[in-house]
Amino acid sequence: MRIACTVNGHTRVAENVWAGESLLYVLRERFGLYGSKNACEQGECGSCSVYLDGSLVCACLVLGGQANGREVVTVEGVDAAGVQQAFVDAGAVQCGFCTPGLIVATHDLLRRVPQPSDAQIREALAGNVCRCTGYAKIIEAVNMAAR
Amino acid sequence: MEFLQPATWEEALAMKAAHPEAVPIAGGTDVMVEINLDHRRPETVMDLTPIRELTEWGTDDGVLRIGAGVSYTRLIDELGDRLPGLAIASRTVGSPQIRNRGTVGGNLGTASPAGDAHPPLLAADAEVELASTSGTRRVPVREFFTGPKRHTMRQDELIAAFLVEPAPGPQQFSKVGTRNAMVIAVCSFALALDPARRRVGTGIGSAGPTPLRAVDAEAFIAGELDWDGRRPPSDATLSRFGELVAAAAKPIDDVRGTAAYRRHALAVMSRRCLAWAWATPPHLWGGGARSAPEGL
Amino acid sequence: MRVGESVQRVDGPSKVRGTFAYSSDLHAEHMLWGSTVRSPHPYARITSIDTSEARAMPGVHAVLTHEDVPGMKLYGLEIQDQPVLAFDFVRYGGEAVALVAADHPEQARRATQKVRVEYEVLRPVTQAEDALRPDAPRLHPDGNVTRHVKIRHGDQVARADVVVRGEYEIGMQDQAPLGPESGLAVPDAEGGVDLYIATQWLHVDQQQLANILALQPEKVRLTMAGIGGAFGAREDLSMQAHACLLALKTGRPVKISYSRPESFVGHVHRHPGRLSYEHGANTDGMLVYVRARILLDGGAYASSSTAVIANASCFAVGPYRCPNATIDGIVAYSNNPPCGAMRGFGSVQNCYAHEAQMDKLAAALGMDPVELRIRNAMETGTEMITGQKIDGPVPVAELLSRVSSMPLPANVSRPLPVYGEGKGGAVGPADLTAMPGGVSNTTHGEGVKRGIGYAVGFKNIGYSEGFDDHSTARVRLSVIDGRPRVEVHTAAAEVGQGTVMVQAQIAGSELGVNDIVVLNADTRVGSAGSSSASRQTYITGGAVKAAAEAVCQRVLGLAQSELHPASELRIENDNVVGGDGRQIVPLATLLGDAVIEETREFHPRATHRLDPETGQADAHMQYAFAAHRAVVDVDTELGLVKVVELATAQDVGKAINPLAVQGQLEGGAAQGLGLAVMEEIQVQDGVIRNASFTDYLLPTILDMPPLRMDILELGDPNSPYGLKGVGEPPTISSGPAIVAAIRAATGRDIRRVPVRPHDLTL
Repeated sequence: MRIACTVNGHTRVAENVWAGESLLYVLRERFGLYGSKNACEQGECGSCSVYLDGSLVCACLVLGGQANGREVVTVEGVDAAGVQQAFVDAGAVQCGFCTPGLIVATHDLLRRVPQPSDAQIREALAGNVCRCTGYAKIIEAVNMAAR
Repeated sequence: MEFLQPATWEEALAMKAAHPEAVPIAGGTDVMVEINLDHRRPETVMDLTPIRELTEWGTDDGVLRIGAGVSYTRLIDELGDRLPGLAIASRTVGSPQIRNRGTVGGNLGTASPAGDAHPPLLAADAEVELASTSGTRRVPVREFFTGPKRHTMRQDELIAAFLVEPAPGPQQFSKVGTRNAMVIAVCSFALALDPARRRVGTGIGSAGPTPLRAVDAEAFIAGELDWDGRRPPSDATLSRFGELVAAAAKPIDDVRGTAAYRRHALAVMSRRCLAWAWATPPHLWGGGARSAPEGL
Repeated sequence: MRVGESVQRVDGPSKVRGTFAYSSDLHAEHMLWGSTVRSPHPYARITSIDTSEARAMPGVHAVLTHEDVPGMKLYGLEIQDQPVLAFDFVRYGGEAVALVAADHPEQARRATQKVRVEYEVLRPVTQAEDALRPDAPRLHPDGNVTRHVKIRHGDQVARADVVVRGEYEIGMQDQAPLGPESGLAVPDAEGGVDLYIATQWLHVDQQQLANILALQPEKVRLTMAGIGGAFGAREDLSMQAHACLLALKTGRPVKISYSRPESFVGHVHRHPGRLSYEHGANTDGMLVYVRARILLDGGAYASSSTAVIANASCFAVGPYRCPNATIDGIVAYSNNPPCGAMRGFGSVQNCYAHEAQMDKLAAALGMDPVELRIRNAMETGTEMITGQKIDGPVPVAELLSRVSSMPLPANVSRPLPVYGEGKGGAVGPADLTAMPGGVSNTTHGEGVKRGIGYAVGFKNIGYSEGFDDHSTARVRLSVIDGRPRVEVHTAAAEVGQGTVMVQAQIAGSELGVNDIVVLNADTRVGSAGSSSASRQTYITGGAVKAAAEAVCQRVLGLAQSELHPASELRIENDNVVGGDGRQIVPLATLLGDAVIEETREFHPRATHRLDPETGQADAHMQYAFAAHRAVVDVDTELGLVKVVELATAQDVGKAINPLAVQGQLEGGAAQGLGLAVMEEIQVQDGVIRNASFTDYLLPTILDMPPLRMDILELGDPNSPYGLKGVGEPPTISSGPAIVAAIRAATGRDIRRVPVRPHDLTL
């Protein structure tokens, strides 16, 4: 099948797609946008967080065809320079595999709640699993970006 | 694998009639896991996300009719005051990413005994609206589940909506998981009080082949509660209620917990939920509008 | 960049933008996808394999079995006992049996299901104890005992006034790095192969691959791809040989990337264990003896089991003076998934036991548990149970007194009502995220009791028992566009810990040059050893330091004159300066077109093999210590735990990059928390029941509390800059402190981790 959608502001088309391909697979292997990560492919880790029509979702749980005609923003296209710099400055990045998902999820949190409390940060990022940092520096980064 | 994408509800029903094997997909939080992990290879998948009607809700003759495609996030944001039990349960569903995508329609369609929406729908005596090209019918949620991941739907039917009365009284929901977020229920419990009718509704999740009601517990506590004086129930009454809830469960030992623990936890949660519901301040008993804190 | 400064990650910008290329992000023209046929049975004889149907499937380019392995058919880090592809027998559920390469991953998956493998199913050995029985099936030619470490120290029949005994059980933990096992193998025109791979140790992969592929090592070139975490899971081969075999067979690049369920059977895990302890002490609390039997289940293949059991045995008593010890550490084969390296490496399992024992002993003596520990704490010069006199700073008492004197978090919340949900979360004053059970709304304070617990642990840094631990660094100084630049080249794996900054900081400190580039790791430079055993900063850091010093000496040799002998010169801020700090000559002028390159190997002091009968030897090179305090709230009616706060004190010798050190302490503690309260691979009849992130639960941001840290820099006289390995101690004592706190909150005698709700309620 054919999938046409807007990704990071550009129209992208994939031909000869197997109907079982997830949006995550399409982004990575069809469009070469490897920033969204394939850690669990069951919505449990948040590493593939993207915006789909402005809503934060796990790209692995969107069937490629469902993105047809829709607008996708990935970590490569999200306007989140402040969040990204805060993650580097705070030391919130180690192996970095969870980081792209956290950048998009943090961007989503801060656009809804510009000055989140500790509890709000934790609840908003509960779907983004990090195995390296123990989260302390991630919370620091979110606070840094919110200032 | 074939991918169908109807643009309208009529088209969806026609496609489902023509492709009864088609697996409907909305938020994808169940179907995509099975596809990604190679547990399932449906011949046909039908995308319901383009259908606007499914994402709408409204009130009809005092009853809420909520489209099967309304996300958990929207249930919390838009209906949290009218359906507090379902909203508390919705907050425990996965993560923000999952709540943005996942729907009650999908939860019902999967019919997992662990589905978080089921206990509050059981407790509130909600109905499921099923549609096909041959018409529409409404099935009480209490009759909808027939076995593990099985329900009363026909192959040609789709879930259009669920119908539920705005909470006529306090509602609660409680769920045990072994981490503090993002967890499938070890077991869960929902409670709904209907003071005008002096009825109590219950729902048990993840402790039986299907979501269950605790019918004996409902009858017992409805008779014990001091509906007029609103005196708190005695510890003995709460304990008995908990015992009856635990007795209604049909749990097994599995990877998430033991049967004995599930019964134990249901007794504790049901006691607590009842105490919390009963202690709800009077101005919140009617399920009317409440101010909610700003934020998330 | 200098040693001791908090330095931001050089790979940070690309990681936050999503452009950093991990091993699963690789792509090549005409690339095929590899997929693996795995055994559904934990133990079976293979009677036949028929690949004909799979070969005929659309898009399929190759189907391989053990017959297609040209070289050694067995591999392994210490004992070569694991088949590249199974032949004759499968010994665990999920063992690799055959391979498929196809145009699309779905075609590859479909074809794997058409490989017809006939099995004669055998009764599996599913408990290590059963494997030791004389009538157990022999899973390997040398029997089922992979290694038995005996430690016989002091009086073997010592008696004591107070005796406490305990039995402890540790569940199987997964490293769960978020990046799946993955890589890309690209064949060359001369029969060789380039492998782009995420691994902890390039050169041991290269050597094993050369043996398997029957190629000279120089025909098997490895380049490090981005690593999505490791924690021990990337010590052994996973898909490396499989991708190379498929690439060499098809003549096409082949990518393999495991799914999460496959990852659970594609790498080794932390050994589950059963530990029996007896502690004897005098009435004043001084330890008289410890007797212990530690039985670890190594699963189907040896991996690094022989070294893990050595650690579990050597550190069985904890960081305490103990004049008499009888330790039997046994690791056995079974038909469970293979176990090997994970952060803490044998010191995690025993810490749960020795710390529970110390608390029991304190209770029996009516003593404060911290006071008992301090009274028995090791010091510099203490003789370990292996007979080694421990040197360097040994601040066990100080770490304990520091964590115990840190302020405590505010007390448990009173029960507070929650009536419903609104846009902002709970309607009502309670913050559910602060409660055990979290937003699942299980308690508003009912049944919640607080507990406080302490633990201290230690382990070895670097390789032990006579292994020639070493690393290689090449440092090259040249002038690029008028500016001096230093390139540092090692094969050290950047697993997320930050070795790239450490290398740059060391080169920057030694050479006084501002522009430092750390090249990507590959096999064109000598081995760095593994990014494991908390050793990389010490060993590869030592190699970079040595090579940089050698480059510096040559520069100063060029710059010296009668007026300014080399001994009085140094490089600072891209200039050669004199003893008074005044510029002698800019480096760029001095060097011109010259390139100064030096390669050095660094070997730390030697270690020795444990005596097979007594376990006595100077077996370890360096020791590192950490202590933790945990504060927990337990819903005692539902058995749910909220870890409220962790506090730690750790001696890091010298913090090369303090920001990264903090990250190790925080992340390591989170992995300790995971094993204590939620993480367990559940194996039933030899098959993993929860091979996914839905049921193998990792701590989320709502589970991990704030961590108070007290980082000591006491300086080890033997190591570069006085540093100590940092990565593993945080994972050792954090979990035992949490379990001690749960015991304190509930009054229950908890003998098993992870602690499950039903352990606390029924």
